[in-house]
Amino acid sequence: MMNKRKSTHYFQKDISNCGLTGLISKTGQMVEGSVIIKSITLMHDRGNGLGGGFAAYGIYPDYKEFFALHLMYQTQPALQLTEEYLGQNFAIEQEEDIPTRQSPAISNPPTFKRYFVKTLPVTKSKGAGKFKKFTEEDEVVRHVMQINHGIEGAFVVSSGKNMGAFKGVGYPEELAEFFRLEEYKGYIWTAHNRFPTNTPGWWGGAHPFTLLDWSIVHNGEISSYGINKRYLEMYGYLCTMLTDTEVVAYMLDLLIRKHGLTPELASLALASPFWDNIDRMPTEERELMTAIRQVYGSALLNGPFAILFASNEGLVGLNDRVKLRPLVCAEKGDFVYMASEEAAIREICSAPDRVWAPRGGEPVIARLNKGVM
Amino acid sequence: MKINAKGVYYRDLNERVRAAVDGGAENIDLANVNGQYYIGDGINRPVTITIQGVPGNDLAAFMNGATIIVKDNAQDNIGNTMNAGKVIVHGHAGDVLGYGMRGGKLHILKDVGYRVGIHMKSFRDNKPILIAGGKAGDFFGEYMAGGVLILLGMFSDDQAKPKHGFRFGTGMHGGVIYVRGPVDESKLAREVGVFELTLEDRKELEEYLRDYCKDFKLDLKEILKEKFIKIIPKSSRPYGNMYCPMPK
Repeated sequence: MMNKRKSTHYFQKDISNCGLTGLISKTGQMVEGSVIIKSITLMHDRGNGLGGGFAAYGIYPDYKEFFALHLMYQTQPALQLTEEYLGQNFAIEQEEDIPTRQSPAISNPPTFKRYFVKTLPVTKSKGAGKFKKFTEEDEVVRHVMQINHGIEGAFVVSSGKNMGAFKGVGYPEELAEFFRLEEYKGYIWTAHNRFPTNTPGWWGGAHPFTLLDWSIVHNGEISSYGINKRYLEMYGYLCTMLTDTEVVAYMLDLLIRKHGLTPELASLALASPFWDNIDRMPTEERELMTAIRQVYGSALLNGPFAILFASNEGLVGLNDRVKLRPLVCAEKGDFVYMASEEAAIREICSAPDRVWAPRGGEPVIARLNKGVM
Repeated sequence: MKINAKGVYYRDLNERVRAAVDGGAENIDLANVNGQYYIGDGINRPVTITIQGVPGNDLAAFMNGATIIVKDNAQDNIGNTMNAGKVIVHGHAGDVLGYGMRGGKLHILKDVGYRVGIHMKSFRDNKPILIAGGKAGDFFGEYMAGGVLILLGMFSDDQAKPKHGFRFGTGMHGGVIYVRGPVDESKLAREVGVFELTLEDRKELEEYLRDYCKDFKLDLKEILKEKFIKIIPKSSRPYGNMYCPMPK
């Protein structure tokens, strides 16, 4: 066996899927990175080595009042320009390299740095923001868009408080090794194993996609990308990551943070019931759903998907309306798990209290208990 | 023959299973299975494979005559294009069960997911039978062309969940679905209709259920306490006129 020559290609059919998994402790118990790594690694074959990533919440307790900007730089000039930009627009409390370790599996990684920042007081802020009642979060969003769009080779990987995204080209377990994820502890974790189908496999195109503390991992295709993207552009969101999933992160920011929708209602805008099912609903529900579809027609995600989205407040799992991608959920004590395969949950929770497959279009919402964090 | 599957890569596990089958094993017990794909695929002999743990997707695809007993839950795509044999799942199972299945039996104790029995077919003596003891997701019996689907709605972990989902029997043009108790007719596809069972239907159904009860040690009388209804397609060519009118 050992001296058998290895071919460079494996010609059997590849198993084409993405894999995703996530967990939350509703009481805010801290979970080590090794747990989510174990879960996503079980679904190794759902990806093909062209993308893997993780989002972790609760990892920066010492800087929890600061926006944690994870930056990826493809070139040295991009780093210099971005640092100049950050210096002009933020009060930087702390900046450092994101710790990585060399790994034979990861070739030519970009440079990763993180900055713990606050926005500048309104009086010092440049631009029109101060006349528009911009919140701190609006400021951060504007700068994230500006960096991603305006500085070639610089990308904001995540920008929320007390959370971070770690992603790149490789299998998720390889990226976990590269980013030393076993050294972090969080109360929410999500992970993604990518099998790119329609868009390039590059470092910025790996999941999760993020904005502020929103993060999203996705299995599927968002065929409505064009409509969603144009709709978001009207609100100042610029899509720069060359991948459909990006729109979901910005859509959640728009619907939930800006427009004040609950995660339940936002989910119903993303995966609205079909009109014939709406017709059969009781009056009040029918009127609500009709309004949602009328107002947020351009937010509807068409195509097959299973997504997990997280924020500092909780974890949500959502399927497209006809459930064309797998999603299984489980509960054990104060923990909720969501994954593409039940086995990925059982790998880290062998005897859950309850395991179920959510209906298409029906969000599974696991909130952090009140007063935690 | 016992194989400890803990942490074994699916390709290596399946090689060992196939080697055991080729070596003439009658019973193969797989312990500590979790997520390994393709178990029992294409097996051509009447061997019994017992699985402890949750097997991965595409269990028993193209299987021809073997029996697989899963003592736990199972995942998606069981019995794809299965030809003969039997799969018994003592928990719930996922989506797209029995896809294009053309013979043999799938017995699931609890709930099943979306698109169960999609494009099942039958030919002469080959007749696939799929029985779900719990509740089912949308598109039950989608594009069904033959065979028998039975939904009991009895053994579910979720009491609040409806017995079946929307678009029940969409595109169905052959075969038969039996449901214990009533269905929500507003969720049925327009290609299908609800009918009473004939005496012959009842005899056939009882025969299938007797075998099901044996597998799970259930009481057949209890299952037969409620009336069953039969769902069959109204037309054998529901989309004949979809693109252009066909000559009568």
